Amino acid sequence: MSTHTAGAVRSRLGWLRGIAVAAVSLIFVLPIVWMFAAAFKTNVQVTDPSVGLLFSPTFENFRNVLADGEILRSLRNSLIVGGVSTALSALIAVPAAWAVGRFRMHRTGSLVLVARIVPAVSLLVPWYYLFAQAGLVGSYTVLILSHMFVSVPLILWIMIGFFESLPVELEEAARTDGLTAFGAFWRIALPLAAPGTATASLLAFVSSWNNFMFALIFADETTQTAPVTLFNFISYASTDWGGLMAVATLMTVPVVIAALLGQKYLVAGLTAGATKG
Amino acid sequence: MTATQTRPRTTAGRRPPGNRPPRTFEQANRRLKWAMLAPALGFVGLMIVFPLLFTLNLGFTDAFGAVNADKSWIGLQNFQDALADSRRFWPAAQRTVVFTVGAVLIETVLGLALAMLMRKAFRGMRWVRTILIIPLLTTPVAIGILWLLILDPTNGIANHLLESVGLPPQEFLGSVSQSLPTLMLIDVWQWTPMMTLLLLAGLSTLPEEPEEAAKVDGADAWQRFRHVVLPMLWPTLMTALVLRSVDALKTFDILYATKGPGGGSDFEAETLNVYAYGLTFDYQEYGLASAVLVLFTLFIIGVVVLLRRRAGKKEA
Repeated sequence: MSTHTAGAVRSRLGWLRGIAVAAVSLIFVLPIVWMFAAAFKTNVQVTDPSVGLLFSPTFENFRNVLADGEILRSLRNSLIVGGVSTALSALIAVPAAWAVGRFRMHRTGSLVLVARIVPAVSLLVPWYYLFAQAGLVGSYTVLILSHMFVSVPLILWIMIGFFESLPVELEEAARTDGLTAFGAFWRIALPLAAPGTATASLLAFVSSWNNFMFALIFADETTQTAPVTLFNFISYASTDWGGLMAVATLMTVPVVIAALLGQKYLVAGLTAGATKG
Repeated sequence: MTATQTRPRTTAGRRPPGNRPPRTFEQANRRLKWAMLAPALGFVGLMIVFPLLFTLNLGFTDAFGAVNADKSWIGLQNFQDALADSRRFWPAAQRTVVFTVGAVLIETVLGLALAMLMRKAFRGMRWVRTILIIPLLTTPVAIGILWLLILDPTNGIANHLLESVGLPPQEFLGSVSQSLPTLMLIDVWQWTPMMTLLLLAGLSTLPEEPEEAAKVDGADAWQRFRHVVLPMLWPTLMTALVLRSVDALKTFDILYATKGPGGGSDFEAETLNVYAYGLTFDYQEYGLASAVLVLFTLFIIGVVVLLRRRAGKKEA
């Protein structure tokens, strides 16, 4: 085979590859597009599958949903619980990750794996027991603490690898220049780890934003987070698909924006630690 | 305790040189590292280790009803009850295994194929990666409800599409027999991207020389993949498999959001996680639930150990 035809075969293969990748991408993106589209349909259109993606959009669903104080409040609750639990998790997990990474305390670090393995339900029973007796069920405190069960190990997992990848020489140099070990962490390692911390915190926030089970048990009507409100919305409004999709859209849009802006960092965070075996 | 153990070992120089922690850190205030770790360890201890021991203990009691009701030690009774229960426990265990093995296998094969397709940079790579992270970052409850709409037996677009190509409409989540397979497909839709991204990360770390050498020796694309790329990628593949399996075994949100408590009228989507949840919060059977959870946790640990051992075997 001459190099000419080999090149032609290769470019045809490249073309096929492009089509395959495009087809797969459509499979992953179309359901999300369908969600967004349904949010702008009337309830007649949404249950008529012959109405595709071309229709005149209505904002009626969003108007109804936002007029419902409960939904706005649950979105705000999700923001509060996600924000506070992420901030607290970063506050305790980032220094710990630095210690594990710099002092090579891998046995301590492997505690993280335990937290990933344990089914959350097995903690719900004792938490419920304890928090019910302390009269805390229904409070933000319980929701925040329970969401930290996911966030703390997640941030630890990502940040241990991140600190290990930072050259130790910079911190050594800072220490010979008279900084304490804590100073080296605070003035050198922490600023260098800012992108990693941002990624880990963003993923922790998303995990809290998405969390369903903990709020299902521990939230009351006033502290309910968005996934639980969405879930409850099915049972009493099972026919209001437009409204359901509007709420789902409100919950998904921030995630899509995060994906658009921080794709590179999110992928790095999601795959952290996977290549070390 | 660990501090006193670490010091003599390091100063004895048993670590290979170059891999040794720098002296400055060796001389650092040892209290510092524990101070940095203390809040996280305290959290793990209070919120994870202690509750787990609590659950373990509850599994041996007849705890039931009100949370502060009296309970007494009944030995292994709960474990015996669970293991003898062929109505809820064993079917749930079976569904957990079927769901996990089925979904994760498909995700692995598709994820690997897609990762190989996306391995060489191409125009629009950034967009494809953005599209891939959206499903796995989206709220599972929202995903569940979205698929309820798409797969609605009478009004959904899925059956509309099936009919337009001449295939019979399906019941999907509306039927007992199709629920679990449908949920597996939803899981595949949501989590194949995770597999792809993990494997792409692994592929990007592989050296190019072995493949070049195999090419020079006349190996075709499949042989290069099978005998060069796959063995090198194996550790990442097994790590991805462990991570994905652990999460799939514990799937809850999407099952509960689409099928409700008990996994539907016939328990058709009830996995061990959903069963344990129901025992706890619908039946207040804290003792039995704890026993089921202990068994479930042991099972997950078993799966992790097994997969990691296999990872080691192939590597060697």
